[in-house]
Amino acid sequence: MKDVTETKIPRAINWNRLQDEKDLEVWNRLTVNFWLPEKVPLSNDIQSWATLKDDEKELTIRVFTGLTLLDTIQNTVGAPALMPDAVTPHEEAVLTNIAFMEAVHARSYSSIFSTLCSTKEIDEAFRWSEENPHLQAKAKAILDTYAPGNDPLKRKIASVFLESFLFYSGFYLPMYWSSRAKLTNTADLIRLIIRDEAVHGYYIGYKFQRAYEQLSEDRQQELKDYAFSLLFELYEIENQYTEELYDGIGLTEDVKVFLHYNANKALQNLGFEALFPAEVSEVNPAILAALSPDSENHDFFSGSGSSYVIGKAVATEDEDWDF
Amino acid sequence: MCAVDALGGGHSTAAATTLELVYFSSRSGNTHRFVERLDRTAHRIPIELEEELAPQGGPFVLICPTYADGEGKGAVPKQVIRFLNVPANREALVGVIATGNRNFGATYALAGRIVADKCKVPLLYTFELAGTDTDIARTREGLAKLERELCSTAI
Repeated sequence: MKDVTETKIPRAINWNRLQDEKDLEVWNRLTVNFWLPEKVPLSNDIQSWATLKDDEKELTIRVFTGLTLLDTIQNTVGAPALMPDAVTPHEEAVLTNIAFMEAVHARSYSSIFSTLCSTKEIDEAFRWSEENPHLQAKAKAILDTYAPGNDPLKRKIASVFLESFLFYSGFYLPMYWSSRAKLTNTADLIRLIIRDEAVHGYYIGYKFQRAYEQLSEDRQQELKDYAFSLLFELYEIENQYTEELYDGIGLTEDVKVFLHYNANKALQNLGFEALFPAEVSEVNPAILAALSPDSENHDFFSGSGSSYVIGKAVATEDEDWDF
Repeated sequence: MCAVDALGGGHSTAAATTLELVYFSSRSGNTHRFVERLDRTAHRIPIELEEELAPQGGPFVLICPTYADGEGKGAVPKQVIRFLNVPANREALVGVIATGNRNFGATYALAGRIVADKCKVPLLYTFELAGTDTDIARTREGLAKLERELCSTAI
């Protein structure tokens, strides 16, 4: 008797025949940006770590276990869940890269822990992450969307919110320490993660936009409503999570502004307009400077700041320029 | 180049439409969405490398996204480089506005610094993704101011 289910053999991937140039562009970006935590001299932060108070240490470890959980979800569930929805073979290949880098990110936090913390502290923080209701609630909200049989475009929306919004209540803290010249090597590592997540959110958001533009107005409205309601749901959880973590060191309000700013950027990745108005989304300049060191904010128009400086070392070597 | 006020002022308001925009936006469309909100004549550099944007007659400001890798390579889109390789385009270029994402660290809006450096024009402004309401307001005001300055020096 013949087997009822036929084995589906994929076609060999041909990178010289692209249906979407963005696949190759993003593949190249991700592979050039590849890194491992061993590249960052984390042990240079041991002295700095010793200057933190006990509650600051506990907060930092907890924040990093929360980030570890999100990376674990994206590595084992999120990125693989997007693969069957891929519209090109190259998109699937990009998603395998995304999945693997999420594993690298999750692994990196353990490198930070083993460099700076005791086994007891680490175990306690992981236990905390398993029991924290807010952290579990955001994980559940995302995982429900990823479940098999769900709407592929809603999965993309949830994935962009995870990549471009949910991480930031955690990313805030190493940027804050870095702005005070503490844990600067750890911050360097976190910036590598932030860079990767930015490409992931951009790419998944881009694929969402390509599918979205083909849809009827009714279906577009349904997805847009879904995106905003999911964002509200996640935002409520993030607010509580932020209060629980940051009230103790008085940073809650500053973190919330950072949440608004990143929620707006997540929506822009999906091609939607921003939600939070400027007055609640203007991030503390010290945090912005920690995110992108050495890149001044240029406002030649207003005549404020450093206006423009010619000849700052920039990579202009590019064979395409004719002059 | 400036439209002179019929009443003889040659000042501010009459010149409101002379400074145009040239921009590049990939299919992700962030820069395009920003430019749409500026309400100003704008020409998009085609995404297809084989297509070219005809040289622009009057002075213009370039709005350019950044695509740098971790080392800063490839920051300026190839399409923009091709456009700037045309001497007439460089001559009419008044300044550059660059976009990017602060999450890319030191390479944030790097394309703007490179174009400013290569073409010896000021980097006027930087913003993230599709910009915020504040970015739109500042850019509108800044372009209007720049236009007035251009006219007062041209006449």
